[in-house]
Amino acid sequence: MWRIFFALTYILKMGYTENELAKDLENQEYKFGFVTNIASDKAPKGLNEDIIRFISAKKNEPEWLLEHRLKAFAIWKKMTEPSWAHVKYAKPDFQDITYYSAPKQSKKYESWDDVDPEMKETMAKLGISLEEQQRLTGTNIAVDFVMDSVSVATSFKAKLAELGIIFCSFSEAVQEYPDLVKKHMGTVIPVTDNYYAALNSAVFTDGSFCYIPKGVRCPMELSTYFRINEGGTGQFERTLVIADEGSYVSYLEGCTAPQRDENQLHAAVVELIAMDNAEIKYSTVQNWYPGDKEGKGGIFNFVTKRGICEKHAKIAWTQVETGSAVTWKYPSCILKGDYSIGEFYSVAVTNNFQQADTGTKMIHLGKHTKSTIISKGISAGKSQNSYRGLVQIHKNAEHARNFSQCDSLLMTDECGAHTFPYIECKNSTAKIEHEATTSKIGEDQIFYCLQRGISEEKAISLIVNGYCKEVLNQLPMEFAVEAQKLLAISLEGSVG
Amino acid sequence: MITINNLHASIDGKEILSGLSLEVKPGEVHAIMGPNGAGKSTLASVLAGREEYQVTSGSVNFDGKDLLDMSTEDRAREGLFLAFQYPVEIPGVSNVNFLRTALNEIREYKGQKSISAKDFMAMVREKSSVVELDPKLASRSVNVGFSGGEKKRNEIFQMAMLEPKLAILDETDSGLDIDALRIVANGVNTLKSKENATIVITHYQRLLDYIVPDFVHVLYNGRIVKSGTKELALELEEKGYDWIKAEIDAQ
Repeated sequence: MWRIFFALTYILKMGYTENELAKDLENQEYKFGFVTNIASDKAPKGLNEDIIRFISAKKNEPEWLLEHRLKAFAIWKKMTEPSWAHVKYAKPDFQDITYYSAPKQSKKYESWDDVDPEMKETMAKLGISLEEQQRLTGTNIAVDFVMDSVSVATSFKAKLAELGIIFCSFSEAVQEYPDLVKKHMGTVIPVTDNYYAALNSAVFTDGSFCYIPKGVRCPMELSTYFRINEGGTGQFERTLVIADEGSYVSYLEGCTAPQRDENQLHAAVVELIAMDNAEIKYSTVQNWYPGDKEGKGGIFNFVTKRGICEKHAKIAWTQVETGSAVTWKYPSCILKGDYSIGEFYSVAVTNNFQQADTGTKMIHLGKHTKSTIISKGISAGKSQNSYRGLVQIHKNAEHARNFSQCDSLLMTDECGAHTFPYIECKNSTAKIEHEATTSKIGEDQIFYCLQRGISEEKAISLIVNGYCKEVLNQLPMEFAVEAQKLLAISLEGSVG
Repeated sequence: MITINNLHASIDGKEILSGLSLEVKPGEVHAIMGPNGAGKSTLASVLAGREEYQVTSGSVNFDGKDLLDMSTEDRAREGLFLAFQYPVEIPGVSNVNFLRTALNEIREYKGQKSISAKDFMAMVREKSSVVELDPKLASRSVNVGFSGGEKKRNEIFQMAMLEPKLAILDETDSGLDIDALRIVANGVNTLKSKENATIVITHYQRLLDYIVPDFVHVLYNGRIVKSGTKELALELEEKGYDWIKAEIDAQ
């Protein structure tokens, strides 16, 4: 282990004798590849002002929101797609994407009993049927399920309402709480922020909205599952979480997509606002379809996630990323208030031809602000896995502290692990630490396990889960169990 | 228990074991001694099934089965245990999780049911006392942050948990102070029975004061060149290996 205080890049290719392991990893299949056969109500392909008006009209939006969309569209048209990420892909044809696809439903579901059996089956395949949620959690998770573009079912709303907590689809929030939406939307991630954030601002269809009132501790984990179902649709969801002064919320987001040959685009925007003394825990398990073993198909996951912390506030991002063909994602914290805290815990697994360029930005503006970054990359197959992070200490951020740890685990000799840590410090009282390690999965460790009677498959599962433990420990229990299963599916499940 | 017949093994094309033969019966303790580079650790690795070594000829019969035909994990499941000279660290994996996984895989192989959490923890408490291992270490990551002595004691603790038929201790005494040595030896002696057997690989006679062997073998140039009782170990301690080397090289 060594410490560095400057930006660096290292690319490592290591010899790995366990070719069998590599081969097995290549052949693993995506478990969530199925298409639900529900008639959907969708917009014609293509992107222009009419499509945006169509989406806005479909959603019965107020005039200001349509204007917001059109303004974003105008800005987006002048922007060019960024190319700095360490990923290569064919640029999506934005005229060949369907921007609105809603499952055809005559009514909005009030309870899960009313949900279409086929949709229920989809959820069962995803392992998130309400029954299971109830069994696993003692009915302690509220789920907002987003299938393609419309939120089809929201549960536990009544219970939350008693506490004044708002948890609903974004569209519903626009109708019911327009002032809250108008006041906060785009304040953390302005439409001009970047290419995909601008695109999302123009064409977003749905997402989740959450508001925790002053001093309220949300008694359950709030959970949203995203899933791209319709072929050729982009999913542009928009999430806004507002934790008012002294409140607390833990928010879970899970993603899967059916298996398709063409690349599908997912460009989400997530904004978190933690007011004075508030705390938001935001956990993601992302398992979008990664493409097949030749690198065909899969989701392009270009996501902008950012939170702002006021005084003594705290935002913790935890992510387990196992899917997508290309991932481009940097959940970040703006530590605006004095004594605010930002945390980022990440496990990113890439296999076959997957590419991930992910990390975080910690922007220290306030005094005594503190940030922690723990990133665990696992590369297998021919994949490329990059950590990209920015720690920025502004000149008024007295006594700011950062600790970063970036570890990479290589499974084959054809994959790559890259680290791009940027550090910008304008205050001499700051304390910044960066640790990085790169290791190959140890043959000695595997042999040790085998000698104790443990199969190679289980050995790798043990070792990989152990390697990720610091991050997995940050996840709520039931999510951690799912994440472990996902790691097993993504890596060691097919080793034998 | 185990019958090794004319075993030849090499690594990277270099022969290390050159016609080694050895028979160990249930209830016996055999000590294997020899100078550096004689092939002692290679023997342990080959028997355990480390892939880097190629067996070029010879046979090994383990309790009626062809050992060399079995995978590494099946050898372990059949009851062969290797106490490592350098126990491996597995960060983030607790000792108990590791052992429970191992124990259940062995039980599954034998067609037995998984052990319950309650029974398992009772077993951990009982067995950790055999090697005076701080029960706290059982919940720590496998060998991470353990002292040299704790790592070796942990090996014997694992052996106690997995109850092997044949245990091979590969220089378990190296790096141990006298108290740790006594604790480890006590552990091995406690676990000894009429049904199991132990092969102790060591450089020094010292360990054999605590684990008294039935037979002592001298390994040199990849073969067993001399066998005797525990008195042979004392003689080696006194005279070193040179007289044996001279005897063999003269032949």
